[in-house]
Amino acid sequence: MYPSDRKYTKNHEWVTIAGGEAKVGITQYAQEQLGDVVYVELPEIGRSLKRGETFGAIESVKAVSELYCPLSGEVASVNVELSEHPEAINVEPHDTWMIALKLADSAEVEALLDGPSYQALIG
Amino acid sequence: MSSDATESFARRHIGPRAADIERMLVTVGADSLDGLIDEAVPASIRLSKPLELPEAESEHQCLTRLSQIAANNQVRRSFLGMGYYGCITPAVILRNVLENPSWYTPYTPYQAEIAQGRLEALLNFQTMVIDLTGMEVANASLLDEATAAAEAMAMVRRAGRNRGTRFLVSNRCFPQTVAVLAGRAEPLGISIEIVDVAKTEFADDVFGVLMRYPDGLGVVADLTSVIERAHLAGVQVAVGTDLLALTLLKPPGEMGADVVYGNTQRFGVPLGYGGPHAAFLATRLGYVRQMPGRVVGVSVDAHGAPAYRMALQTREQHIRREKATSNICTAQALLASIAGFYAVYHGSDGLTAIARRVHKLSCRLATRLEHLGCRQLNPEFFDTLHISVHDSEMAGRVLAVANDAGLNLRNLEQHRASDLGIALDETTTEIDVDDIAAVFQKALGSSADEGVVDRSEKGLGFSDAVERRSAFLSHKVFHVHQSETGMMRYLKRLERRDIGLDTSMIPLGSCTMKLNPAAAMIPVTWPGFGALHPFAPKEQARGYAQLFDELESALCAITGLDAVSLQPNSGAQGEFAGLMVIRAYHEHQGKNGRRVVLIPSSAHGTNPASAAMAGMRVVVVACDGEGNVDVGDVRAKAAEHSDSLSALMITYPSTHGVFEEAIQEICAVVHDHGGQVYMDGANMNAQVGLTNPAVIGADVCHLNLHKTFAIPHGGGGPGMGPIAVAAHLAPYLPKCQVDGPEESHPRLVGLGKRAPAVAAAPWGSASILTISYAYIRMLGGVGLTDATRHAILNANYLKAKLEAHYEVLYARPNGRVAHELIFDFRPFLETAGIDEQDVAKRLIDYGFHAPTVSFPVAGTMMVEPTESEPLEELDRFCEALLGIRQEIQEIADGRADRKDNVLKNAPHTAAAVVADSWTHPYSREEAAFPRPFVRVQKFWPSVGRIDNTYGDRNLVCHCPPI
Repeated sequence: MYPSDRKYTKNHEWVTIAGGEAKVGITQYAQEQLGDVVYVELPEIGRSLKRGETFGAIESVKAVSELYCPLSGEVASVNVELSEHPEAINVEPHDTWMIALKLADSAEVEALLDGPSYQALIG
Repeated sequence: MSSDATESFARRHIGPRAADIERMLVTVGADSLDGLIDEAVPASIRLSKPLELPEAESEHQCLTRLSQIAANNQVRRSFLGMGYYGCITPAVILRNVLENPSWYTPYTPYQAEIAQGRLEALLNFQTMVIDLTGMEVANASLLDEATAAAEAMAMVRRAGRNRGTRFLVSNRCFPQTVAVLAGRAEPLGISIEIVDVAKTEFADDVFGVLMRYPDGLGVVADLTSVIERAHLAGVQVAVGTDLLALTLLKPPGEMGADVVYGNTQRFGVPLGYGGPHAAFLATRLGYVRQMPGRVVGVSVDAHGAPAYRMALQTREQHIRREKATSNICTAQALLASIAGFYAVYHGSDGLTAIARRVHKLSCRLATRLEHLGCRQLNPEFFDTLHISVHDSEMAGRVLAVANDAGLNLRNLEQHRASDLGIALDETTTEIDVDDIAAVFQKALGSSADEGVVDRSEKGLGFSDAVERRSAFLSHKVFHVHQSETGMMRYLKRLERRDIGLDTSMIPLGSCTMKLNPAAAMIPVTWPGFGALHPFAPKEQARGYAQLFDELESALCAITGLDAVSLQPNSGAQGEFAGLMVIRAYHEHQGKNGRRVVLIPSSAHGTNPASAAMAGMRVVVVACDGEGNVDVGDVRAKAAEHSDSLSALMITYPSTHGVFEEAIQEICAVVHDHGGQVYMDGANMNAQVGLTNPAVIGADVCHLNLHKTFAIPHGGGGPGMGPIAVAAHLAPYLPKCQVDGPEESHPRLVGLGKRAPAVAAAPWGSASILTISYAYIRMLGGVGLTDATRHAILNANYLKAKLEAHYEVLYARPNGRVAHELIFDFRPFLETAGIDEQDVAKRLIDYGFHAPTVSFPVAGTMMVEPTESEPLEELDRFCEALLGIRQEIQEIADGRADRKDNVLKNAPHTAAAVVADSWTHPYSREEAAFPRPFVRVQKFWPSVGRIDNTYGDRNLVCHCPPI
């Protein structure tokens, strides 16, 4: 269920890494917990983020969750389509990225979870 | 005196009859009502003697008393202005809205399907504000103009680019606004600077600037260049304004303002010696998620038809808690509806005509006074003149002569000793202009006033830079209801879409939807209470002074505490005020570092939001499996933060509806570590006369007068949240906004020892204090205590009738609950695919408003019947819940479809039930008339189930095109 082409965090985010750039989204489990997503608040491009820092928030009709940066880096781009189509996160959570980061320290990737570990985490 | 039993108000207020009580006690398994109370309320906290309050009066006696009190208020012609103006409440609105229980008794429209009427009214309000201010989105509503300014300050700090702590405030704002801003800024680490905006350089450590347009002295000046300069420096701009002026003036939105706020009082809402009135805040669409307060939006229902509901609730404290945009909860819904209706009734042409008349009379008065040798200093003005006479002595003479003539003018001696302010309004006539001119003529000793014959249009109109050119209120609703017949029918049409207490019980936990007695409501609209300006000289408000004094004494007797502030306009504002009192107390003891507030995980969302506003750090305390605050965790957290502990905020009886045994122990732990105890008074209806905040160990509490003390909810406000404090905190109670006995010449009071002013008016929404006053006088100590006892009886009766069918989550070990209880619906999700929302919506088909949904526990409902509900109504409600339980069972047993069933499709509209095609596997009769009692009084919802997701994804916050 949780593909091995990417890494995961305890905060229910997924990360794909290619060429020093990481794309971040939320997991199937997270979108199920949130319910219908109505809004995603994303950071400005160029902002430097530390691992664990809040980079935005995701709102459903009845809940709001902060989004935590899985890796340190600079925001290279954000998925602007989410402002018109936040529901994409419910429909295809693993194909819907939120931000792309230019990584500051690729060693941090080691601390992320792999698919089976994340699966075990959510039980 | 002892009233004849037939005259006893208690007998009218308390629902169950004497004969019913025997039956109810059998059902609950108690020998007597006293015995039940002994089981529900721990002996350790019971009061040893009865409440010391004046004996109960009959309704008639109390109305006579209140008419005498009203007669001690002198209603003078007011020209004080300062954001409060005389106005005319159209009689069709007075009779059909303000004095109508269908409008004043409903709850906040969380159950949108049975609130379409007032949601439309609030959408009218938002559309009116958006159009007049030239902004893109507006809320509905805020508590007053000064707190709206404070919300604007907090909002631009969140939304803006600059990260500094400096906030600039124009030196030409109203003094009460500045006082409240100062109090709200300090705990947030914001430094306020009072500046002349025209001469200010904006630096990038300034995050925002706040101005008034027209300004506090009446000047109308173009703000475009100041706003441009501010924006170039990354500074956000908030502008306070006056909606009537904006019918003639270029709106702040067109000048580039980021946030526009103000009060709508002069749109048909009586002055009321300070309130209640609805304030507003409007902004650009991009900032909507930073906007505080409730917002009505348009969505669609299950049939695809347009439907209204509250949008973006994730901003609110019940979800975001200490990260919420604001602590505001109760707003001013009833007054916002009235202001919106005023605009509907008058339309853009009517409003413009009113504004032109006010402006014309102001111009005429200016000319007259100039003829008499005064100088009028405002280059351009709408309705407010700044008059300068020769010297202070002459200004004093003018005021004295005006006083003799029964006119209140504004003393501007704080500005300059020789200056006076005169603000005109909708009620001002030619005769008033003549009378004011005569006052000046007499005081100044001028020769014949030649201006008397001057009916010229001199000075009328505005310069190009500030004249309004854009259209407003073009929506059809502002054009089609302008005959009285049409308006009456429009108001009735909306009213019939809503469930208020005039339809059926509203069993909301923690909201105490009790009777709002007609006798207590009547004085509110008497001119003797309604027509006083909040800054009228105190000697004109002796009736109010007496009322405040007696009400404060009564609230002290009821709480066991020693002093009261009647200023806070809502429970949440009371929380902020109480925490600021505690903060001032600690600081005065030299304990500036006490900034940690312990808050149980089960607390109302406003608690952490208020703590954040008061500059406190929230530390959450756990609850145990029985729903009680975990005493061990309180001990641990209090010890851990012993040096920095400011307070514990706790609700009692608990938000779980139980009188916790350990409350005194918990309070003692907090005191041992140097903290103060703040008691959230939301559940005070279970305490009155049986126990009190002082006995349990609280130092401060707020009282929701709109819960326990019979002020109606008004569909989401007004409310009042006065605070009571123990003697050691009395010196720190909030200040007045304006100082001195002659409050017609207000002076900003600097921040000193006391907590800051928390509201624009000294006694908050003074006019509705008459309701709580009457309620207390008519019940007396015995009646109030009896009300509490019956509230507990009613709750335990519901428990006894329903607990075999629904699990009740929390109770005392002996099985007794306090005044409310929680039913668990979570098991049905698995067995039948039914959740608490399905049950809430199905209750509408039975004619009921749902209980509180998913607070304090997700997937549950909290029910509070109050003492006012008669046994027949409790039984009807039980029958509805038992009917629904059977319907759930049919699904669980496979006899009804899991997807297409009466619950999932609820509520059923008349249109759906009579439609030619009916495809559901259950009958139309089962859909609409599930029990015989429903036939007696069927309530038809005007829309089907509303799609909240659609509404939040496609945000529309103004009247939709027809």
